[in-house]
Amino acid sequence: MNPANYLLLSGVLFTIGTVGVLLRRNAIVVFMSVELMLNAVNLSLVTFSRLKGTLDGQVIAFFVMVVAAAEVVVGLAIIVTIFRTRRSASVDDANLLKY
Amino acid sequence: MTTALAQGITHTTGWESAIFYVLGTIAVLAALGLVLARSAIHCALMLVVVQFCLAVFYFAQDAPFLGAVQIIVYAGAIMVLFLFVIMLIGIDSSDSLVEVLRGQRVAAVVLGFGFAGLIVFPTGSAIAGTTAVGLDSANGVGNVQGIARLLFTNYVFAFEIVSALLIIAAVGAMVLGHRERTPRPTQRELSEQRIAGEHPSAWTGPGVYADHDAVDSPALLPDGSPARASLPENMSQDDIIERVGIEK
Repeated sequence: MNPANYLLLSGVLFTIGTVGVLLRRNAIVVFMSVELMLNAVNLSLVTFSRLKGTLDGQVIAFFVMVVAAAEVVVGLAIIVTIFRTRRSASVDDANLLKY
Repeated sequence: MTTALAQGITHTTGWESAIFYVLGTIAVLAALGLVLARSAIHCALMLVVVQFCLAVFYFAQDAPFLGAVQIIVYAGAIMVLFLFVIMLIGIDSSDSLVEVLRGQRVAAVVLGFGFAGLIVFPTGSAIAGTTAVGLDSANGVGNVQGIARLLFTNYVFAFEIVSALLIIAAVGAMVLGHRERTPRPTQRELSEQRIAGEHPSAWTGPGVYADHDAVDSPALLPDGSPARASLPENMSQDDIIERVGIEK
């Protein structure tokens, strides 16, 4: 197996995450799909690190993990706040800015 | 294979190939399960499976530090946070099957296939016959030491900015999650309010002189009319009064 095949797997996982964001209504599941996309990108970064023989890819993947952790904290706090006012976690219900 | 390429890796070991094909299949199936499962809890568990598979891939690709961080931070902390919020806002908040935009699901799936083709086929043709340098020399002093050296030299500004970002995120989550509590009246305030009010004696309890003592049956005044003040405030008092009789 060519070691670059991990990139194909990463692309497939990223695509599935994208479809999840487009399909799902529950804000938490949408968020998990975004996490899946971030994980797929991390896999490709680690693979590039191995292909190129430097550790820069792994450092950047590490940064992606940290930023993802911060993003999850703020995003889930927003979801909880919206749920408190609207009693719903569906992204269709938070449409007040539309009008 | 030429001597220049002798350093590179063109084929992984049999073990790694087996791990890739088995866990890669599991990861793709779990990711599909994440998209297709109705319950948010099942979605979270599927995402944990994907993250464990990716952690194994990191270990297989000479990135043991990232593999450990993946398990500890992602599969541990972040997924627990997700499950915590799912439990907080209700486990039964599953998706509605109503299509708000007509044809949105079909369009999303078609776009997904198109996007997959757009990523996978060019990548597949680009990586054909490539060789990997491998991390044996970069990991020579140890993977953690190598990452630390890069982190505190080339990426030290990014590192500092990320630390600021973490603090901002923590403060932001606290600001968003904090709820202003309306102060409850103290016992003294309640009793002062009662003495100063127009009804200094105790309130009539529901059911006094009524034909039954349920909480939604108002007390009857001497002339037989229902006493509105004996009903709890949060009940629909008008309906009850109307059902029982004429208000005095």
